[in-house]
Amino acid sequence: MNMVSSSTPATNMNSLMSSEDNIQRTQYPYVTGTSVVGIKYKDGILLAGDMGASYGSTLRNKTVDRIQPIGKHSLIGASGDISDFQEILRKLNEVILYDNMWDDGNSLGPKEVHNYLTRLIYNRRNKFDPLWNSIVLGGVKNGQKYLGMVSMIGVHFEDNHVATGFGNHLARPILRDEWHENLTFEEGVKLLEKCMRVLLYRDRSAVNKIRVCFLFISNVLNDLLSAFFLHILYSSISLDLRFYGVNAAS
Amino acid sequence: MSSIGTGYDLSVTTFSPDGRVFQIEYAAKAVDNSGTVIGIKCKDGIVLGVEKLISSKMMLPGSNRRIHAVHHHSGMAVAGLAADGRQIVARAKAEATNYESTYGEPIPVKELAERVASYVHLCTLYWWLRPFGCGVILGGYDRDGPQLYMIEPSGVSYRYFGAAIGKGRQAAKTEIEKLSLSGMTCRQGVVEVAKIIYGIHDEAKDKAFELEMSWVCDESNRQHQKVPDELLEEAKAAARAALEEMDAD
Amino acid sequence: MFRNQYDTDVTTWSPAGRLFQVEYAMEAVKQGSAAIGLRSKTHVVLASVNKANNELSSHQKKIFKVDDHIGVAIAGLTADGRVLSRYMRSECINYSYLYESPLPIGRLVVQLADKAQVCTQRSWKRPYGVGLLVGGLDESGAHLYYNCPSGNYFEYQAFAIGSRSQAAKTYLERKFGNFMESSRENLLKDALFALRETLQGEKLTSSNCTVAVVGVGKGEEFQILDKETVQALINEFEIAGEEAPAAADAEDAAPEQGGATEQGATDQGPGNEGAAPMDI
Repeated sequence: MNMVSSSTPATNMNSLMSSEDNIQRTQYPYVTGTSVVGIKYKDGILLAGDMGASYGSTLRNKTVDRIQPIGKHSLIGASGDISDFQEILRKLNEVILYDNMWDDGNSLGPKEVHNYLTRLIYNRRNKFDPLWNSIVLGGVKNGQKYLGMVSMIGVHFEDNHVATGFGNHLARPILRDEWHENLTFEEGVKLLEKCMRVLLYRDRSAVNKIRVCFLFISNVLNDLLSAFFLHILYSSISLDLRFYGVNAAS
Repeated sequence: MSSIGTGYDLSVTTFSPDGRVFQIEYAAKAVDNSGTVIGIKCKDGIVLGVEKLISSKMMLPGSNRRIHAVHHHSGMAVAGLAADGRQIVARAKAEATNYESTYGEPIPVKELAERVASYVHLCTLYWWLRPFGCGVILGGYDRDGPQLYMIEPSGVSYRYFGAAIGKGRQAAKTEIEKLSLSGMTCRQGVVEVAKIIYGIHDEAKDKAFELEMSWVCDESNRQHQKVPDELLEEAKAAARAALEEMDAD
Repeated sequence: MFRNQYDTDVTTWSPAGRLFQVEYAMEAVKQGSAAIGLRSKTHVVLASVNKANNELSSHQKKIFKVDDHIGVAIAGLTADGRVLSRYMRSECINYSYLYESPLPIGRLVVQLADKAQVCTQRSWKRPYGVGLLVGGLDESGAHLYYNCPSGNYFEYQAFAIGSRSQAAKTYLERKFGNFMESSRENLLKDALFALRETLQGEKLTSSNCTVAVVGVGKGEEFQILDKETVQALINEFEIAGEEAPAAADAEDAAPEQGGATEQGATDQGPGNEGAAPMDI
């Protein structure tokens, strides 16, 4: 919108201010993150991704948290442009805030968030101005586990194990062979660690600092979740385990 | 308060000869007819309480909410026409998210109160609108600590450490003034508010009522939320006991 | 309710702090034929009296399906009711599109109420002259709400609106304590009984009432029951001797067309109860 008074004859000033002819469209991403891998395990969802952000071929930042909690029930992990991811987080957090403010016993679960995200991304791609991300969304609600993915062009689906970027080519074959319904927490973490190790070897934009996050159904029937942090340091890979959750009982 | 405004009281854009806008005063009367709403600022937060009058036995408890969250850190209790109140709440929510989206931090409570007051005032400026028939008590917790504001149908807003609107406001204000708020925690404040509301409820005139309470305090992590159930029950029990004591005298 | 100088505009407050135009709109609800709603933990039943202007015409449609999990019964200006039903359908479908999930009824009624409130605060609008009994589901089970022209909404265990609804309310107030645990069948019977109270002597048949039910669980989507089912239910409770579940066919159901085609005339009927101040 023109903030400059329209009586000014300087047309170049106007065209600078106005957005009619200068709409920028996303041509390519700038600061990017690499793969995220997610699996369902016996008691919930596990997501893993490294903490790196690349600027082209420079591994620019090494403590970028690409997996975040959304609301009480979901975890989101994204690869691709980090600024677009931050924008998605901002929008989702606003939706979740409004949902929480209803305070009426209803809440947006992972399926709803996944669908909202799909609509967001698909509509942007239709304008030829995509949010340059591939996103994994997992969560638990009412004892039901949910794990889904949305790509940059709006392709979305649910599965028992998902991955983005290189993860699709390097990690999923491993998961296809070794994933099963009743993975315990430790087995799940080990499996993800194996996938991340292969990615570290073969993906040039992977860094050796990994964050694994999970959401679980507790033994108590009404989805009581707890939050705390755990640090485990290995020789060449430091593994940071983080639980996300909130008391969903009230 | 009952001067006849004949002729000068039909539109909100008309002043009376003595400089009053009667339509705004009439709108304020709608607030005076509703159940009491109380807010207090304790040393570590804010407590809001509403006396919700129930008009039918078949109505479910918990319906017709009068306290609404406006952002993570603030909430609003409404007295008067509930429908008008929801418009104000919706506008407050929008202002709060808009501020955060532009400035990257949660809206300071003072700023929020000013914006809500401006909006309420707006509806007293044009003949094609009418003033809101509700008063609002806004409580929030930001960098400058807990704050309590009250916004009236005229669009005037003041900051308080104890405020009451609705039917029993005179009695409630007297009771609040007796409390020593600066030394009280919110846990204690919740019980005090319950006692006041139970105390001013007029059994003869209005039959049943439901107590709705919320708080923003250090204990709730500076988030606005309903007072936890066990604390609410504790407060209600204490209030009933206090009532019986009074009756026993 | 007597005329006064403060009652012509919806944007004028009376000296006592009342909005007369809104209160008059609530009178319009009382003019419509009765509609009642009841709910248990898992089901909501909506029922209404069919009023036809004359024997040759069909009756006004008063119960609308809004989504698989929500339905509404209206009383008052049915034209206003249809507009609001269309709004509700559109809101439900938009939410489903965004979230792939049914819109919780508690949120729908608030949106509806906010829409109604806007009409009470603009000089170029008028309040909607229709009361809506909205029955539906959300995460915590089945719910029944009443939305009135003032923009207020309340949740009820059971409620009745429209002309001669006080008789139904009296019946419901006696029995509502048991509704939470009622089975679907008993809930339907109570609805029909309550409906019969509003007819005051006239015989209740499947042609002068409409009944709809929605429940939690698959196969329990909102549906308006067909005439045979309704007649069977009526027969079941009208026969004092508690016969075995009678034949599904109605014995000699009225030959009027069962289709609920919309006709022009708004709902009007006798009966005006005393004035009541606006709900606060």
